[in-house]
Amino acid sequence: MTQAVLSIQGLTVALPAGGDRAHAVQSVSLQIEAGRTLCVVGESGSGKSVMATTVMGLLDKALKPVAGDILLNGESLLGASAARMRELRGQTLGMVFQEPMTALNPVMTCGDQVDELLTTHTQWSAEERRAEILRVFERVRLPEPERMLRSYPHQLSGGQRQRIVIAMAVILKPALLICDEPTTALDVTTQQEILRLIADLQREQGSAVLFITHDMGVVAEIADQVLVMNQGEVVESAARDEVLCRPRAAYTRQLLSAVPAMTPPAPRPVATGAVQLAGQDVGKTYVTRDWLGRARPTVALEHAELALRAGETVGVVGESGSGKSTLARCLIRLIDPTAGRIHWGDAEVAYLPESQLRPLRHRVQVVFQDPNRSLNPRRTVGQSLIEGAMNFGQSRQDAEALAADLMQQVRLPVEALKRYPSQFSGGQRQRLAIARALACRPQVLVADEAVSALDVSVQAQILTLLREVQDRLGLGLLFITHDLRVAAQLCDRVLVMHQGHIVEQGPTAQVYAQPSHAYTRRLLDAAPAALPAMEPVHS
Amino acid sequence: MAPVLRSLLSHGAVRFGAGVLAVLLMIAALSPWLGTVDPAAMDSAHINTGAGSVGEFALLDGRTVAHTFWMGADNFGRDIYSRVLYGTRISLLVGVCTALVALSVGGVLGMLAGYFRAMDAVLMRVMDGLMAIPAILLAIALVAALGAQVWTVVVAIAIPEIPRVTRLVRSLVLTLREEPFVEAAKALATPTPVILMRHILPNAMAPLIVQGTFIAASAVLTEAILSFLGLGLPADIPTWGNIMAEGRVQFTQYPGNVLFPALFLVPTVLAINLLGDGLRDVLDPKFAKRGGA
Repeated sequence: MTQAVLSIQGLTVALPAGGDRAHAVQSVSLQIEAGRTLCVVGESGSGKSVMATTVMGLLDKALKPVAGDILLNGESLLGASAARMRELRGQTLGMVFQEPMTALNPVMTCGDQVDELLTTHTQWSAEERRAEILRVFERVRLPEPERMLRSYPHQLSGGQRQRIVIAMAVILKPALLICDEPTTALDVTTQQEILRLIADLQREQGSAVLFITHDMGVVAEIADQVLVMNQGEVVESAARDEVLCRPRAAYTRQLLSAVPAMTPPAPRPVATGAVQLAGQDVGKTYVTRDWLGRARPTVALEHAELALRAGETVGVVGESGSGKSTLARCLIRLIDPTAGRIHWGDAEVAYLPESQLRPLRHRVQVVFQDPNRSLNPRRTVGQSLIEGAMNFGQSRQDAEALAADLMQQVRLPVEALKRYPSQFSGGQRQRLAIARALACRPQVLVADEAVSALDVSVQAQILTLLREVQDRLGLGLLFITHDLRVAAQLCDRVLVMHQGHIVEQGPTAQVYAQPSHAYTRRLLDAAPAALPAMEPVHS
Repeated sequence: MAPVLRSLLSHGAVRFGAGVLAVLLMIAALSPWLGTVDPAAMDSAHINTGAGSVGEFALLDGRTVAHTFWMGADNFGRDIYSRVLYGTRISLLVGVCTALVALSVGGVLGMLAGYFRAMDAVLMRVMDGLMAIPAILLAIALVAALGAQVWTVVVAIAIPEIPRVTRLVRSLVLTLREEPFVEAAKALATPTPVILMRHILPNAMAPLIVQGTFIAASAVLTEAILSFLGLGLPADIPTWGNIMAEGRVQFTQYPGNVLFPALFLVPTVLAINLLGDGLRDVLDPKFAKRGGA
């Protein structure tokens, strides 16, 4: 048996006193051999990132490893000096982070940043370094490596930036590569390319890979071994197929079953209700002027057609920059469209001034992505919930009674009305945002990436709630998302957007089974591998 | 709110600054009962009396009272101790009022500039113009034009501070107006003035309070400078600045006339600045992480 590249034995990291638990990471042990990939999976707060930063020696000063040891090729890292850790990082220990923009220095060219790494760790001459950088840039499939050398991070796309970070991580052929959610900030098509690249490089260089992720789809794609963490403790650790098909821990089972499947469920009967929200030929063009006053139009959205009936869920899917949020914002008139017509029920609203729009605003309500920012932190939940109803002429008493009723509908205690948003978890805040939207009795609910910032198990609960609310109130639901799995489960029809255009729309089952547009096919192909079916528990 | 209060009270600079200011406030409020006489009364028998001497003080109405000249008397025979204590009132009043005027005017202008695109360019260019004039010169010109009274001094010191407050508030509003909770309020048909007062202003309050303390500190100093230059309040209203200005002539013989008010001025400004620094550490999210984790 080969010696493990990385071996962690009984690692425990203490949290500062007064936290919700005593240890961020508790007696975690793992081993990774050369050429193998270990995926650490867990929801937010599971301690997976703390463990990774401990290995890198970048742990926050408030956190202290109190027990256990970390061995890299037999050398203890917990005892290593800061100078030794610096030597190891880059040379034996490569790192790829979640957000490539913040991992790169914005005022240095990419070439200089990689060069700095090489000057620190090698004795190579300038020409040797340059040749090596160009070779690696080509290897990570960056287009025009020569130009990349001279480019600043902001001039590159997210995927290209992550390739630069990967190039820096692998250029010295480290024995261990640590990837902390390297694809979470990227679009699916880019994610797939980056995952393949990491796998290829690993095969070539024979590195061990410690891969931190929250996404079971990613696990299915690249893992050899899987370690599931919850609340700082190891829940389960086994080979990939073992974990995915025959999970032993109840928590793993729960995590796996919360992942929405890629195949849409049996379609619901086609909605025949009245059209509640419609857009015809909607467009949005931003015009910026240069210093000579010449106009430079940027088309964010063009020729968007959409009709949403009562009781129906329409999904808008696409990657970042595809114009899906612009479409949603135009439809709810948070930004002004520059072309087309928009109807809320029978009212044409595309160009109504705000004063005439206000009495109609209760018809279309919105739930945003980030639950931490969608409620005013300085107002109690109760104050936030009664605002809408009171704006539409209800008395304070009626509005308060309605708020109490809504809290029950979203399954939160009525006493919580007196608390501030900071006292709720992300999932609870998203429930509150839904309750606030329902308070003015809308006909249409627009959910703009409403579950994207949530953990899978919480995500499943919020989706169930949305469904429930829709069935009870007969709402039209416009669901904007980048997540094809979520869209498959929730939506009756989907619209696929690409570069400001709706490239395809139709019933979900049909679009997923027989995509007609090339871009839709690419999008569907890029989605992380389907999870193998779980075997039933033998009891 | 309770946790904020607790972390405020556990912050050393906040405790020191607030403590010193509390003592000064008490002095200002209680100055008639702290062994003082009428600060404008002159007793020719006590011209340039030394600090610490005891004697009879003839008041304006002809009565005589036993009095201890803790800080001596000036060349008109006025009791320095009484003048310095009564001067505390003016200094604190000018500091607080200036901060309030600058914050409210700058706050309103900043919210208008930040929230309404159409007003932004015009308002901010006017502010840029104001900022191009040195603050103290602008204040001198304003006092000279308006005449010297407490409210004119406050206005004169506040106006040069307004552009800075406007810029601060505008930058805060520019980020806050894009927050989802503001957009949600818009979708809930909340009228724009209510959005500004209910959703935007409260979330901009912490940096504003901090900025307010710095304005108060500099206003106390500017008022002293104006008085020292003879442009501040008339001599019958005692302020630390004009006590020093009058003491300047005899500084070599009687340095106490300048030093005693300075002994009050320096800790006041220091306390307000420390309080502001502390408030910033605790309230401003940008600085919140440094001290804690």
